[in-house]
Amino acid sequence: MRLTLPLSLGVAVVLAAAACGGGPPPPPPGPDPDSLAAEQARRDSIAAEQARQDSIRREEQRREQERIARERDEAERRAAETRRVSDALARRVHFDFDRSNIRAGEDTDVLEQKLAILQANPQLRIQVTGHCDERGSDEYNLALGNRRALSAKQYLVDRGIGEARLMTASMGEEQPLDPGQNETAWEQNRRGEFTIVGGGTDLRMPGGM
Amino acid sequence: MMGSMVRPLSAAVVLTMVMAVTAAAQDTLPPLEQGVRIGITYTPGVRPGMLVLGGERSVRLDSARAILARDLDYSDGFEMITLPMGDSPVLSIDTPPEFAADGNGSGPFVNYALYAALGADYAVNVHAVVDSVVADTALSDSTEVDSTLVITLYNVRGEMAELELRISVDASVESDLRMETHRAADAVVGSVLGSPGIAATSLLLISRGRVYQVDSDGARMTPLSPPEANAMSPVWSPDGRRIMYMEFLEGRGVLFEQSVETGHRGVVPPTTEGLNFTPTFSPDGQSVVFARAGNDGTHIFAYNLSAQCCLQRLTVGPLWDNLSPTFSPDARQIAYVSTRVGLAQIYVMASDGTGQELFAPFEWGVTGSSNAPEWSPDGLNIAFHREIAGSPQVFVMDVATRDVRQLTSAGRNEDPTWAPDGRHLAFVSSRTSARQAWIIDLNTGRVRQLTRLGEARLPSWSGRLEKRNN
Repeated sequence: MRLTLPLSLGVAVVLAAAACGGGPPPPPPGPDPDSLAAEQARRDSIAAEQARQDSIRREEQRREQERIARERDEAERRAAETRRVSDALARRVHFDFDRSNIRAGEDTDVLEQKLAILQANPQLRIQVTGHCDERGSDEYNLALGNRRALSAKQYLVDRGIGEARLMTASMGEEQPLDPGQNETAWEQNRRGEFTIVGGGTDLRMPGGM
Repeated sequence: MMGSMVRPLSAAVVLTMVMAVTAAAQDTLPPLEQGVRIGITYTPGVRPGMLVLGGERSVRLDSARAILARDLDYSDGFEMITLPMGDSPVLSIDTPPEFAADGNGSGPFVNYALYAALGADYAVNVHAVVDSVVADTALSDSTEVDSTLVITLYNVRGEMAELELRISVDASVESDLRMETHRAADAVVGSVLGSPGIAATSLLLISRGRVYQVDSDGARMTPLSPPEANAMSPVWSPDGRRIMYMEFLEGRGVLFEQSVETGHRGVVPPTTEGLNFTPTFSPDGQSVVFARAGNDGTHIFAYNLSAQCCLQRLTVGPLWDNLSPTFSPDARQIAYVSTRVGLAQIYVMASDGTGQELFAPFEWGVTGSSNAPEWSPDGLNIAFHREIAGSPQVFVMDVATRDVRQLTSAGRNEDPTWAPDGRHLAFVSSRTSARQAWIIDLNTGRVRQLTRLGEARLPSWSGRLEKRNN
């Protein structure tokens, strides 16, 4: 910046000379203490202005960094909220053997939570996948898993969620959570799983959760 | 008429039965096929004795004899006669029998008296002849002359050669030798019992998410569907040239139709949406009927494969599921599973979806759920499995009388599928821990294990596989 200053002064001199018409150029001015002082003052004022500008810029940068930090915090907060909502969405419902009805109690609580999340996030679309334990017939279990997914979906549709936001699928007995062959394992495996299929990047936790 | 001759047999055989099969005669044999002679009438409780003769030893001959003997044994139509050390009488003269040519008696000395003394009613011999004497084959202009296997069936009581079969195969192709020998065994069974055997058949099954094909004797286990996928519901086309199965794809179930010969496969067009499963070909092979799980439950649909059109829905009702369709051989009816009464039971309807009614009787609150019906190839029976005390067991229902009888009781026994003779069933059993495919003979109750895999599920038995003309 400072290096260019003499050059611009030189340009100003040439322009001033050109403005005087066709006369011969005046002799170059000799050293003039006044003009040297003026020049110094001018330079000081420029430096002061520069300092002021720099200070403003620093302040702006500080504010910008603060804003970015705030936004980052906000994004992190929302990402954390999205994760919490996703975790809540992942809670499973369970079923009795060879049944697809939603049991009052823990399972309706789980579905009420899904309902609140879907209401708080109108862009969210989810899929319910029905699963079965290994005891029933392999192919029949595909139909049973579908029934289970449909019952969970119907619970939400009955409470005002649009059908288009709820997809269903069935994996029958093909994806057990617990490969064991006992009632504890079977109980875990007779389930409805909920996954996000759209609108799940920025989720709001409904009030009261 | 054949049925009255076929009954549960000796005590030793009955010992292998898991559950005593009722002694009621089974009318399961199809009408006699043209050109097949019945060589013997046998009395209930006695099966004809069958002796497979020894002879010149080579890999091909020994293989053919072993395959033939096993096939005849697995037909469950004979008392197989075996000697200590696995040895067998040998035809004393190695001249091939020329009875078909001039009948001048220049054939080998066949010791009928010895075979009869060993208890044989029939004896089968395998020998090789050089192909150069066969003029009308493509092999004749080949410099390397291959040999032909000649299989001769001797009627011991009638003291004559009853049947002669020639197997001309490329020795380097083991699979050809196997299948040709299976076909010869089936012809021997047909000649003696009036209805061909089931050796030249193959079964599909699922193991670890993949469709496999295995010969009826357990040989040549071959994967048909790609790895890293999850397939279910495999089924044969009636001509045995195509298969169909479901594969999970992103939460949907897509049906693939695949050529057995080339392995080329394609999606059945209307099955790209929803969860489509339990496909079955119509008896003419032109259409497929399958179940689709969707927004109003699971329902049965028909689709015309050859015209690539006309998806038609056969069942309705938002409150119950319908699946596992199976055609009657005359294509007029479809048996299927419906949960109309709250749990799965076997129903029947006309193939256009009309006249839906309960098929296999059940007692409300007592009978367990019933699944996986398959109509027998002769149309006379339906096999299915039904829950008994928490485990599925294989049942057979007589279509005419709707009498139901239980065939199995040890472990889980499920997903029965008929052999083309309408007398054998393959099913999945957990009787020796992991689920494996087993085969039961309905007439004798004899059970044998077909597979020894990590697991085997959902078997489907082919019809008789004809030789390809290519």
